[in-house]
Amino acid sequence: MIRLRGVSVSLRPFEEIVTEYGPVVLRVCRAVVGPADAEDAWSETFLAAMKAYPRLPDDARVEAWLVTIAHRKAIDVARAGARRPIAVPEVPEPAASSGGSQQQPAPEWERDGELWDALKALPQRQRAAVAYHYLAGLPYKEIAAVTGGSTDAARRAAADGIKSLRRRLAHHTEERGEEP
Amino acid sequence: MTTQPGDKSEAARRTGPALAPAHGTGTGTGAGLDPFAALPATDAAAHERLHARLAESAEREGLLDVAYRTLETPVGPLLLAATERGLVRVAYGVQDHDAVLADLADRVSPRVLLAPARLAQAVRQIEEYFEGRRTRFELALDLRLAKGFRREVITHLPDIGYGRTESYAQVAAAAGSPRAVRAVGTACATNPLPVVVPCHRVVRSDGSAGGYAGGAEAKRTLLNLEAAA
Repeated sequence: MIRLRGVSVSLRPFEEIVTEYGPVVLRVCRAVVGPADAEDAWSETFLAAMKAYPRLPDDARVEAWLVTIAHRKAIDVARAGARRPIAVPEVPEPAASSGGSQQQPAPEWERDGELWDALKALPQRQRAAVAYHYLAGLPYKEIAAVTGGSTDAARRAAADGIKSLRRRLAHHTEERGEEP
Repeated sequence: MTTQPGDKSEAARRTGPALAPAHGTGTGTGAGLDPFAALPATDAAAHERLHARLAESAEREGLLDVAYRTLETPVGPLLLAATERGLVRVAYGVQDHDAVLADLADRVSPRVLLAPARLAQAVRQIEEYFEGRRTRFELALDLRLAKGFRREVITHLPDIGYGRTESYAQVAAAAGSPRAVRAVGTACATNPLPVVVPCHRVVRSDGSAGGYAGGAEAKRTLLNLEAAA
């Protein structure tokens, strides 16, 4: 390994990055691109991250770095998804399909679909800001660096997004006749 | 949880909902709820599936610089690691697998991933060895972790046949440096591929087993296994 600086702190095995940040990146992907495309987005993100990993600066914030990659991959995956004829995630698979990583039985939260319905209704910018702030824990300044625009704009997008998301979810809850 | 989303130390460890209660514009119905409550903080089945998919794509894309797995054996759990060239590291539990992986990240590449597929052949042969059905290993080895004289010693060790032993002095002579007895001891102690490269067959001139990276008991177990076969 070539060290450009004399006192370089060595990078941890990439496996530790996958273990530590894999779950939060999956939550972010599920919130940003939805259940159907989340696992593709996660896979593309970690493959790209693994490729770039040896050049990651010692002092880099790993969450922000992964979210930056995930943001780009989410855009790619969503575009690819938009070109598909029609996604029908509502129809459950009757029996376990034979092989194929694409067709997994949907977890409970996906079948419910309520959260994704509410997220999907948000403008993409708000959905991203909400996920990066509330799920990945990024400060607004870092979100602005990821999505472009100012720190204030990122703060507004997250605030408007979370407000709208709560309203929609509360509405759903009332429709079911439950106490919120 | 009252953690602010920007808190660096907390953000890394957090797996649960990241909502600061007083944050932002919570007014109206349901303001106190975590909207992401429906999203599982961890999803073990999905993580396992995605990890396997990552290992597979990384191998295909030539990004899997170091693949590893562990294997339960009569001498405890062994860590096995391989580069694209071959088996690069075998380590005993007492050598601290996490420390060994950190060392591989440092000396070989930080692209280190739990990826059992590349170790399949090594696993099969090591299992056969411990069952007494294999007397020599036929595996591609990557000796990059052994340098200079140590590497010469390591390269010579497979010449000591199964069930036989040599003294440190004999190995030194065979490596062309009869006075380097102590250096042979160091080479054996730092053998990156114990079990597969049989440093356990190097013993003291008085016939006692001598030291071993995996501990004296592991060395005795291997010597007894080979003596019995």
